[in-house]
Amino acid sequence: MGQALHDLWYGFGVALMPNHLMWSVFGVLLGNLIGVLPGMGALTAISMLLPLTYVIAPVPAILMLAGIFYGSMYGGAIGAILLNLPSHPPHAVTCIDGYPMTQKGRGGAALGVTMMASFFAASVGILIMIFMSPVLEVVAFKFGPTEISAIMLLGLLAGATMSRGSPLKGVAMTVFGLFVGTIGTDVISGTQRYNFGINELSDGVDLAALSLGLFGIADFLVTINRKVIKASDAKVRMRDMRPTREELRQAFWPMLRGTAVGCLFGAMPGTGPTITTFIAYAVERKIAKDPSRFGKGAIEGVAAPEAAAHSKTQVDFIPTMSLGIPGDAVMALLLGALVIKGIQPGPQMISEHPDIFWGLIASFWIGNVLLIILNVPLIGVWVKLLQVPYRLLYPSALFFICIGVYSTHNSLFDVAEVAAFGVVGAIFLALDFPMAPVVLGYVLGPLLEENFRRAMLLARGNLAVYVTRPIAAWIIGACALLIAAQFYSYLRRVRVKRALPVEELMAE
Amino acid sequence: MRSLRRLNKDRVSGVVLLVLGLAIVLQGLEYRMGALTRMGAGFVPVVLGILLALVGVAIFVTAEPGDFGTAKSMPTEWRGWLCVLGGVFAFVILGQHGGLVPATFISVFIAAMGDRGNSVRNSALLSAGITIVGALIFVYGLGMTFPLFTWG
Repeated sequence: MGQALHDLWYGFGVALMPNHLMWSVFGVLLGNLIGVLPGMGALTAISMLLPLTYVIAPVPAILMLAGIFYGSMYGGAIGAILLNLPSHPPHAVTCIDGYPMTQKGRGGAALGVTMMASFFAASVGILIMIFMSPVLEVVAFKFGPTEISAIMLLGLLAGATMSRGSPLKGVAMTVFGLFVGTIGTDVISGTQRYNFGINELSDGVDLAALSLGLFGIADFLVTINRKVIKASDAKVRMRDMRPTREELRQAFWPMLRGTAVGCLFGAMPGTGPTITTFIAYAVERKIAKDPSRFGKGAIEGVAAPEAAAHSKTQVDFIPTMSLGIPGDAVMALLLGALVIKGIQPGPQMISEHPDIFWGLIASFWIGNVLLIILNVPLIGVWVKLLQVPYRLLYPSALFFICIGVYSTHNSLFDVAEVAAFGVVGAIFLALDFPMAPVVLGYVLGPLLEENFRRAMLLARGNLAVYVTRPIAAWIIGACALLIAAQFYSYLRRVRVKRALPVEELMAE
Repeated sequence: MRSLRRLNKDRVSGVVLLVLGLAIVLQGLEYRMGALTRMGAGFVPVVLGILLALVGVAIFVTAEPGDFGTAKSMPTEWRGWLCVLGGVFAFVILGQHGGLVPATFISVFIAAMGDRGNSVRNSALLSAGITIVGALIFVYGLGMTFPLFTWG
């Protein structure tokens, strides 16, 4: 405990260094700016700014990425509440009650409550992170390649199945991502795999090219001329953001419950923030005295899911940093950026790179404070940005994507890769496949392969180690349980053909 | 195009995955397989290919029969597709043979023309603006090594 506080103090020292603070502010601002633009979600924002972090030192790079992430999450909430446009999947739930609030003229209050809920939830998440990390660090040291590969499998399975839509399609995209991760030089034997004689592919597929293809270009291809994104005519000024006392009273308990839901799910690797928001919303509707208010602008329906999303993502950093297992695509991108910087998240991360770990934690708090400082006065600007028409936005974004990817290796080949993944992504999107598991698989693929091969080498090819080693056995058991649960729910769906309210929401 | 739209999305998905999985296996067999004790470069990709093919079969089999993707599926948007992808490829080709200024201008212009709401004039204005801003930020601001104009 005392040690944790001491480390945290050190972290604040790192995060508050003028150079680092500047990148944090820059990240929050840029993330917020891109996140608020209609049709640009957190994933697009992080992918677009990923190349920028390649040129700066690891510590400011990761602080900036965290800032971008925060900013774009909050920016996305603005679009969800004022425009009914969820650019980032977790905000789909926020729209249900956030937009009706805007129609009733309480959009500003919804934004204010969102800000409070996210700040509160993130703070709780950060506290959990501070006190849990050292514990997990101890546990993580007991993990050999067998346990690591087992828990990666669990994370991938959870990431694939516990999202919206068909679990089988999630699994398919995870496997596809794992395959994309094998392209390039095999680290163990040095063999060139799946490069079809193209030299540029020997270093593998570029993370920025992959994610920008899937979350940028593919998105344009699906959206262009199809979705009419109506410009917002909502007028929100600074003083509109203050919720009334009654609204605060109504939002208080949902905020706490949402935070609890988020923390609970944050500890489970692989469960994305989207499902967490759905559960938080379902809980509120279940225990409400008058459930019919939901969907018509109930403030509880904004506070709970937003709190859940923020505490979840915060707690999610624990498995990402200490085990190297990201909870969702956003975490996978952050992890990928760290790996590119030559930092391998894992049990040793906290002791080897305390500046990054504790600096990051401190910067979370600073980032959240910055978000409030920036957003209250800038709300007028954000509302203006919501009016930028999509037809001007996507060609501009296309340029920033091209130049960003080019800048990572000064290679035009990488830009062509973006186009290729754009086509692949658009085809899969058209067939209702989720995109996020691809990135999860891609980032974890090489790590999973390496650990699996090492585990098998140590066990002389005996797969039974996965059930004879106790920790691995528990994890594999959890995997089996997950698959069994999916199978059971499939059978039940076939028989009853009537979904639960949560599933109904998720199938939409 | 009508016939295409009457296909069942899940059935198509299953076939796509099956073909992709088999292709991965076929190519993966070219690499050394090894045994579980000492896996070669081909082992993991081949396993992944088999998995992908199996998932494809499972999706094909469990597809709900009446579920023909019609009402929800949107019309194929060839103009948009052509222009967005054309924009990216224009950037690649002109970046090599023309420099940053022509690459930016032409790629943004082509991409912008993909939206039915953009006129030639609007698209040209937008691309001119982006070209200036882009050159200022990346070449003069960030000092990126990308010639503004080049031949060859």
